[in-house]
Amino acid sequence: MSTRIYDCLKAISEKIIDNKDFLTDLDREIGDADHGVNMARGFQAVIEKVPSDQTDIGAVLKTTGMTLLSTVGGASGPLYGTAYMEAAKVFAGKSEVTGEDFKSGLEAAIAGIQKRGKAVKGEKTMLDALMPATDAFSEKLAGGASFADALDAACTAANEGVEYTKTIAATKGRASYLGERSIGHQDPGATSLTMTLETIRDFVKG
Amino acid sequence: MKKLINGVDNIVDEMLEGMVAAYPQYIRRLDGFDVVVRAGGSEGKVALVSGGGSGHEPAHGGYVGKGMLDGAVAGAVFTSPTPDQVYEAIKAADGGKGVLLVIKNYTGDVMNFEMAADMARDEGIEVEQVITADDVAVENSTWTTGRRGIAGTILVHKIAGACAEAGGSLADVKRVAEKVIENVRSMGMAIDACTVPAAGKPSFDLAEDEIEIGIGIHGEPGVNREKISTVNDISDKLLDKIFAEGIYNSGDEVAVMVNGMGGTPLMELFVANKHIKDVLDSKGIKVAKTLVGNYMTSLDMEGFSITLLKVDDELKKLLDAPADTPAFVQA
Repeated sequence: MSTRIYDCLKAISEKIIDNKDFLTDLDREIGDADHGVNMARGFQAVIEKVPSDQTDIGAVLKTTGMTLLSTVGGASGPLYGTAYMEAAKVFAGKSEVTGEDFKSGLEAAIAGIQKRGKAVKGEKTMLDALMPATDAFSEKLAGGASFADALDAACTAANEGVEYTKTIAATKGRASYLGERSIGHQDPGATSLTMTLETIRDFVKG
Repeated sequence: MKKLINGVDNIVDEMLEGMVAAYPQYIRRLDGFDVVVRAGGSEGKVALVSGGGSGHEPAHGGYVGKGMLDGAVAGAVFTSPTPDQVYEAIKAADGGKGVLLVIKNYTGDVMNFEMAADMARDEGIEVEQVITADDVAVENSTWTTGRRGIAGTILVHKIAGACAEAGGSLADVKRVAEKVIENVRSMGMAIDACTVPAAGKPSFDLAEDEIEIGIGIHGEPGVNREKISTVNDISDKLLDKIFAEGIYNSGDEVAVMVNGMGGTPLMELFVANKHIKDVLDSKGIKVAKTLVGNYMTSLDMEGFSITLLKVDDELKKLLDAPADTPAFVQA
């Protein structure tokens, strides 16, 4: 019998692996055509490495982060790896997730990504999905919404963030070499991040 | 896609095995890692470690040997190696005098190598780094990732490697590497894209009569797409951008590298070099050394890059020093 956190991670892994070609094709437009391939390799390793009966969510997320760090490579490896490892600290010793915890986890992930990648909002990166999603989540939660409803708002904001990345030129990562030519294409990292949030939402809503 | 492979998942592993099988006198592989180090070790000297995604062969494993690198890390195709791999390379290459990391300026490479450097420093190994960024196709700005490191990186391997081999301290080796980085500029172009094995299709599409100016070495599209012209015209375009840096002037001495991207015949590289030499002569710039060949490739990409390095007596001496590696041998 596997834990809820394992099942949720498994769902995220399946989502990323199912979208391997789609994410790679997005990266092919403005990057180096490997985002889906690398992320799929990483999440395949995650579901193999994370113990299915581990109840400590912090420990599970830490293993996830370390595994992504050592298997994904490129820029996504350190960024996703750091995001999961920073979030892991928030969930250390916990076996259940509240809305407040989840908000803290998102904030920790953002701080980690910013420290590692030295990026800010509006540079056509995963932050353009994650930051508005976190804001929307926090706002809904503060207004008394349920965890699931707040996640709905986060996913809507993340999707809007992905749309927004189509309108701006990249100033970080390999797409930045294209300058203005990167406009019109959605950011692959923002896309995989949004897929992750949507999978968590669907999982929570069950 | 037509490739001479057994499957996309084992390419890097099989390549490294094949490389070590061909050059056991130069390199050995670290068990369980995609890392090659000098067969005889690097005891008592400053070690140079470089690496990056695979697909740039002979870079970087081909430059492991006397007078150049001490260790090279191979990531997946066009993907930076992970911190654990780089960390193992640093530990294995360290000969007790410190390690200089030569990193090409890509977001992923810089992050992964820096994380590895932090891990190695925690273990008490002295680690310094330099970041190569010779590609003038990319505008340099504090608001972007900055210029890419491309073929000019090999000249950093050669010159800093010679300094380390001659007994230079970590500070000396780093200073010389930075001097090369300050004085080296490159620009490349493609007449056809490369195909990443795992992606299975060309990284960008060009019409029969189109070329891409300002490409990188990872199949990322360039900064400008135009109609094909003669190799002299194309070389002029690349050189103009390099000369616009204002580094290379009449009376200066330079080293020239005409680098093939993997799918371009040497014949065409030599044709390009004829014109490059003529242009430098006409500008009163003396050519101290010329390298023509496939030094930093991009899989099967058809195209080339031009690199100029302004040299002084110190750099010239180090550039001419002996080197003995799988891909670079100089008496």
